[in-house]
Amino acid sequence: MRKLKELVIERGLLLSALITIAVTVGIVLVLSIEAINFFSEVSIIDFITDPEWTPLFSDKHFGILPLLSGTLLTSFIAIAFAVPVGLSISIYLSEYAPKSFRRTIKPLLELLAAVPTVVYGFFALMVVTPFLQSFIPGMSSFNSLSAGLVMGIMIIPYISSLSEDALHAVPNSLREAAYGMGSTRLQNSFKVMVPAASSGIIVSIILAISRAIGETMIVAIAAGQQPRLTFDPTVPVETITAYIVQVSLGDVQHDSLEYKTIFAAGITLFVFTFLLNTISYRIRKKFQEKYE
Amino acid sequence: MNNIRKNRLKDQAFKIWGIFCTLLGLVLLAVFIGNILVDGIMRIDWEFVMNLPSRKPEKAGIYTALMGSIWVLLLTTLIALPVGIAAAIYLEEYSKKNRLSTILEVNISNLAGVPSIIYGLLGLEVFVRILEMGASVLAGSFTLALLILPIVIVSTREALKAVPKSIRDASFAMGASKWQTVYHQLLPASFGGILTGIILALSRAVGETAPLIVIGALAYVPFAPSSPMDEFSVLPIQIFNWITRPQHGFVENAAAAIIILLLITFVMNGIAVYFRNKWQKKFK
Repeated sequence: MRKLKELVIERGLLLSALITIAVTVGIVLVLSIEAINFFSEVSIIDFITDPEWTPLFSDKHFGILPLLSGTLLTSFIAIAFAVPVGLSISIYLSEYAPKSFRRTIKPLLELLAAVPTVVYGFFALMVVTPFLQSFIPGMSSFNSLSAGLVMGIMIIPYISSLSEDALHAVPNSLREAAYGMGSTRLQNSFKVMVPAASSGIIVSIILAISRAIGETMIVAIAAGQQPRLTFDPTVPVETITAYIVQVSLGDVQHDSLEYKTIFAAGITLFVFTFLLNTISYRIRKKFQEKYE
Repeated sequence: MNNIRKNRLKDQAFKIWGIFCTLLGLVLLAVFIGNILVDGIMRIDWEFVMNLPSRKPEKAGIYTALMGSIWVLLLTTLIALPVGIAAAIYLEEYSKKNRLSTILEVNISNLAGVPSIIYGLLGLEVFVRILEMGASVLAGSFTLALLILPIVIVSTREALKAVPKSIRDASFAMGASKWQTVYHQLLPASFGGILTGIILALSRAVGETAPLIVIGALAYVPFAPSSPMDEFSVLPIQIFNWITRPQHGFVENAAAAIIILLLITFVMNGIAVYFRNKWQKKFK
């Protein structure tokens, strides 16, 4: 009797774990089925090469490039801001700061990632954009610069926390050896610690990129809703995620081509983040045992 | 000699730069919260919390959105909690190191990185359309439950991992079965850690906007939901809607609603940190 009960419980627990697989299968199936429907009406060549994305207009074009460029532009700005700042924070906290300071500041920094993204969107649109406009005349009130910078603030803790963990995991003997050779903390940090923790740092940056690409509300609020193929950070653009939001807010008929476009856009997004996540997982697994 | 001084100077310069970077994010957050408080604090009163949505900014309130958020949060917890904890127990205590466990692990780590809007597309197709739930509280809760599932699983596993092996050994030595060990020893011992993870996951869920917009949650709902099958709005969607309106009154409303949303998020995070600290001490 007891054995049977144990077995039933174990099977139940296993079933719960298998639900996570079902979720992945569900995501892949839903996205591919709707995307296949989409590509039976729109040629995949057009999708990849057409420089215009106007599925909601009467003259319809279905080129993903403008949405992709919007996504990459905002993400690039965010990363260009967050990587130097986040990395400096991690080095400072791990190699310079007193222990007590690190203990109080780390949870505070993580608060930055806990703020809901819709709130950051408000910040970008109402505070950062007007501020930037006072420097950059002619900047549109929707632009990728402001959205990208605010997104950068949001992902700082992803980089600083994970990189700090990686730096912290480097054995003390390496530090002692470097100081014994007479290096300063700066030399020790950049010539010994950062190379030793490089895999962890790279993982943190890849995760931050993946987070930036999938970020929705900040760009939907502050970057605009005009798909265009540009790398000018002062004009409105539209990201893949913002497009999905735009269509979802409207009254789109199920089974219409417009409805299918959000799944085609979604699968593009999914492929990108999936690749990034897989790469980071591989690196993490490969180097995990390095110092253990 | 010159070289040594130069290196010391560089070292000092980086230290100052490091402090600057560390404070930059926090100062920006403080500036922003200050800004929001100035914009919105005067707008918050009992009527703002209890009023229904309205076309006139000075009459509009957050009651339906707040009730929607509470409904969604409760149902999400009910759905994600048992499944997440059970999956974590399986992975941490039962599964052997084999192909299946590797696949499960890789998969969960991947799910944690899937953008939230993709979960919205999944929810739209599966819960709203195929299972015919419509854009209901239930569909929204299922969607968010799937979204926070990886977070719940990962944090529960961490909590279980932190329970010393001696407790398991002692329990088995007393003749307890595996499940008895899990139920009577491991779960109570890791309760604080599990709770921390769950509160953090829920604080993430309460701020989620995009997936709920995708499944069709509305910005304008005339009444608070009274059953899981009702239409709903949530606080972040209400905020998003007010931000996109041109009249200045709505900006004030958005700021006021943001104060309330931030309050909820920060309080949840604070509780989580409190439990984490209290619980970490237990095993040291």
